[in-house]
Amino acid sequence: MATTEPQVLATDVAATAVAAPAANALISVRALDAFFGATRAVRDVNLDFLEGQVTAIIGPSGCGKSTLLRCLNRMHETVTTARVEGEVRLDGKDIYERSVNPIEVRRRIGMVFQRPTPFPTMSVRDNVTAGFRAAGRAAPSRAEQHAIAEWALHRAALWAEVKDRLNDSAMALSGGQQQRLCIARALATKPRVLLLDEPTASLDPLSTQKIEELVYELRGDVTVVIVTHNMQQAARVSDRTAFMLLGDLVEVAPTSRMFTSPSDERTEAYITGRFG
Amino acid sequence: MTSRAPRRSIRARRARSAAMVALTVVAALLATLPLVLILGLLLKQGASSLNWAFFTAMPKPVGETGGGMANALAGTLMLIAIASAIGLPVGIGAGMYLAEHRGGRLASVVRFLSDVLNGLPSIVVGIFAWQFLVRPVKHFSALAGGIALAAMMIPLVARATEEMIRLVPNSLREAALALGYPRWRTSLTVVLRTALPGIVTGALVAVARIAGETAPLLFTAFGNQFWSTSLTQPISALPLQIFSYAISPYEEWHSLAWAGALVLLALVLVISLIARYVTRSRFGHGHD
Ligand SMILES: Nc1ncnc2c1ncn2[C@@H]1O[C@H](COP(=O)(O)OP(=O)(O)O)[C@@H](O)[C@H]1O
Ligand SMILES: [Mg+2]
Repeated sequence: MATTEPQVLATDVAATAVAAPAANALISVRALDAFFGATRAVRDVNLDFLEGQVTAIIGPSGCGKSTLLRCLNRMHETVTTARVEGEVRLDGKDIYERSVNPIEVRRRIGMVFQRPTPFPTMSVRDNVTAGFRAAGRAAPSRAEQHAIAEWALHRAALWAEVKDRLNDSAMALSGGQQQRLCIARALATKPRVLLLDEPTASLDPLSTQKIEELVYELRGDVTVVIVTHNMQQAARVSDRTAFMLLGDLVEVAPTSRMFTSPSDERTEAYITGRFG
Repeated sequence: MTSRAPRRSIRARRARSAAMVALTVVAALLATLPLVLILGLLLKQGASSLNWAFFTAMPKPVGETGGGMANALAGTLMLIAIASAIGLPVGIGAGMYLAEHRGGRLASVVRFLSDVLNGLPSIVVGIFAWQFLVRPVKHFSALAGGIALAAMMIPLVARATEEMIRLVPNSLREAALALGYPRWRTSLTVVLRTALPGIVTGALVAVARIAGETAPLLFTAFGNQFWSTSLTQPISALPLQIFSYAISPYEEWHSLAWAGALVLLALVLVISLIARYVTRSRFGHGHD
């Protein structure tokens, strides 16, 4: 932590107009706007994601949760007409700086989507090592690949279920298993940040519970940002919760406080179910 | 009392439905009838001339019995190879472009032109190839024939590739990009790879389609009574040989033409069966 201190100070100087990032922020978002053509889907967001913690982003459908999430690993710009303004600092360095390669950013920040997206032509093992293989200059040996796959599948709490099916098609797994496979695939490159965009929205309750337990297990080692429309889920898995409405970040607070005494009346209206 | 009228109308509706079903069954049978008749006729007329020599022997001069179509068979395979070597990469590449730049101006122009090319009578393709590939060098060639066939393949392959790539969900592309795949790697190892069985099917359908084409070869490959595997010389092909034997006055040649037609049909059938098998294995794979 001490070594990052000077960088944090440098950030302060650069972003004079807005709040300094929290001391333990791994990602700090400053004055972020995200556009689709002329529409501004995310407006002037300032938000810190604290290292090793789970941050939940909640809010009604269409409020910009996914868009904000996709700005954190530069996936937003893969949509034609999409544009970003503002800063996203990872470890103090702005990922939108001109010298930064978006591919490098995406390799350091894992992402999992609402619907499971295993590569249908690859085996279970090859799916897990896909990102790892793409990142290396030289092709990793079979033994190395197997070791990585085993490690990542253990982390994703999937090893016991697939250890005898590593060469099978990933499409043969159940939906919940496929989603944990995608988490394993994202973890295989050992990212410091994991972005989850409604990872349980298409899953049954039991698979949902497994993924929530997994997210709980990951805290400490990995900084997790999870988008969810399910407030109980946010309450169960997150340390901090951010509430968005119509592209604005309304409030961010420790989860326990957010759900007991929110400071903004719009937050209170949402979590008590008066709209949404 | 009151139920009688509705019951009658139900009976009438059932009868109408049965009649319509019967009509569609008849239509379905009629649709397959030509193939069955052609197959029957070819077997009756051609099977007797079909022997080992047909595949291995060269044509005999008029008056001598026996002989085969070894040169025409080799020529057809070679023309298919030339056409595929040119048509598949260009067609697949164009299809990838069309799929990745759906709304682009160039893409819509290319898409429209390839549809026009697809509908172009094959004789026009032949004349065009003659004008640009035969006339300047002043002689017919296998290469000119292969290129003419490739021109017919390209739009078929391009549109099939485009359709198949479009079937690959965008979420898969996003997943690859989010893993840190560069765009080219995403296109090749994820999108194209996922669409590959469908593209192979499309390519095989295109090969089957051109295998029996005659018109584009008339002024390009031209035909050849002798054995040739040279790119720059006229080359024989099954459809050309069938044509020239069929219009000849000799009984012996007529039956060879029937045998040639049977072999050509068998070739197309085999390619179509392979295409079917590839399609089947694509969908028998399990889905989300
Ligand atoms: N690809 C896109 N093109 C144009 N507008 C989009 C696109 N994706 C999302 N939007 C718009 O951006 C806004 C925020 O969407 P999103 O971030 O997906 O919301 P959420 O994830 O909170 O449901 C919505 O109004 C949506 O219509
Ligand atoms: Mg969303």
